[in-house]
Amino acid sequence: MIRFEGVTKQFPDGTEALKKVSLTFPSHQLTAIIGPSGCGKTTLMKMVNKLEKPTQGEIYIDEKPITDLEEVELRRKIGYVIQRIGLFPHMTIKENASLVPKLLGWPKEKIASRIQELMELTGLDPDTYLERYPLELSGGQQQRVGVVRALAGDPNIILMDEPFSALDPISREQLQDELRNLQQTIQKTIVFVTHDMDEALKIADTIIVMRKGQVEQVGSPAEILGNPANDFVRNFIGVERIQRQRPFGDKNLSEFVSLFKEDGPDDIQEVSGTISVKEAFEVLEKSGQSHLAIRVGHNRRVYASERELLKAALLKEEGELV
Amino acid sequence: MNFFDTLVSRQDMIQTAFLEHIYLSFIAVAIGIAIALPTGILIARYRRFAEPIIAVTAIFQTIPSLALFGFLVPLLGIGSPTALIALIIYALLPILRNTYTGITGVDGSVIEAGRGMGMTRTQILRQIELPLALPFIMAGIRTATVLTVGIATLATFVGAGGLGDIIYRGLQSYNNSLVLAGALPVALLAIGFDLILKWIEKRTTPKGLKL
Repeated sequence: MIRFEGVTKQFPDGTEALKKVSLTFPSHQLTAIIGPSGCGKTTLMKMVNKLEKPTQGEIYIDEKPITDLEEVELRRKIGYVIQRIGLFPHMTIKENASLVPKLLGWPKEKIASRIQELMELTGLDPDTYLERYPLELSGGQQQRVGVVRALAGDPNIILMDEPFSALDPISREQLQDELRNLQQTIQKTIVFVTHDMDEALKIADTIIVMRKGQVEQVGSPAEILGNPANDFVRNFIGVERIQRQRPFGDKNLSEFVSLFKEDGPDDIQEVSGTISVKEAFEVLEKSGQSHLAIRVGHNRRVYASERELLKAALLKEEGELV
Repeated sequence: MNFFDTLVSRQDMIQTAFLEHIYLSFIAVAIGIAIALPTGILIARYRRFAEPIIAVTAIFQTIPSLALFGFLVPLLGIGSPTALIALIIYALLPILRNTYTGITGVDGSVIEAGRGMGMTRTQILRQIELPLALPFIMAGIRTATVLTVGIATLATFVGAGGLGDIIYRGLQSYNNSLVLAGALPVALLAIGFDLILKWIEKRTTPKGLKL
């Protein structure tokens, strides 16, 4: 767990990037920090690995204040993925990826097997790519290597600074999905900075909305969408996105069958496919379970968690995913 | 007298001058590198000193070479040390400026990635900045070398020998063959050094950057 307590950052020219921010980033979750440019989100993230230092306040990692920790040591234990990828162009993919484990002094065989495993996990064939140079790879592939490099030293925490914003829309979507899936396996504490609301809604467990160095709202994607804390958050999500939610009250679950899973636990509450998405949310919440079984047709059942319901809610009228 | 006859009859003299010339140029460039490379690395790290230091070397560069040799004689007397110092002064700017530009030109996101991953400043310098700046640094050394080989012909005026001796002697005796016998090796030397260094430059360019 990462905890910020009363953190203020004032730059030498007097501008305050952060104003008494107190926050927690829960362990094993992906938390997205979102806000317009200049809101302090990147500064906030960079404080976790001491690339920026607070002028006031303290940051705790697992309740240990990080001011006491040596910065080079700390950074080696935290994965870091940056926006413009930042792979070292003169090193092969293998050399890039094994940098942190090397700095940590791992034995060679352990590094090699770790890199092999991570390459496969991120969908890059090790035999094809390990000996290549970054410039021989596409942007999407390079950023996959960026993720491999960040994970190589097996850190508990990973910082990602708008990692997909420089990519084309197709690669971006793909990497977002992959990150989501990867996170299911690796369960790291991820701090993800973005300015793209769709991205945050899609991948985050928790979203932190920031403005002018202050936190405006913290909540799950559903909470942020359903209950924007104030006008700023409402505007930032976009009237359009909130409007898109409106048909969601009227639409039936059965229209979204393709989004739901075919398998699920047995002993959970079952609802009819004819109820609306909104009602389904309420039933799920009341049941206190992770999934909902939905009866469609005579003897078919599909299963949906909050995430799938949210996807259904975000579906545009034309049936396109948001 | 025929050019080739001159070459044959003055063979010993030309050979000595040629070796002196190589010696002067080589030592000057070597010392130039030893001074300018670390200075370039330092001013890339402490950038507020960069402008004034580069300006000083640029001013040296604007002094006409003959005048610089002239200035140094009253201070240091005649002989190879004087010639060497003048040549070193000329070699500084290209190496210094290219080292500085090469290091400061390294993509900031790459440096940030290195820092974020927990590399120390020395590790960043040695594993990232220097390898990526190497093609620039080598280009600076190449320029300095060619420049030095040319200017070293003036070493003759401070009694430091070199191929300038032959050219000067030829000029004084209106012997064009002798002038050529001095000038041609200078040109060949400059081209030869340039080719060798170009080859080294190519070899030192990181493979990943040649794509």
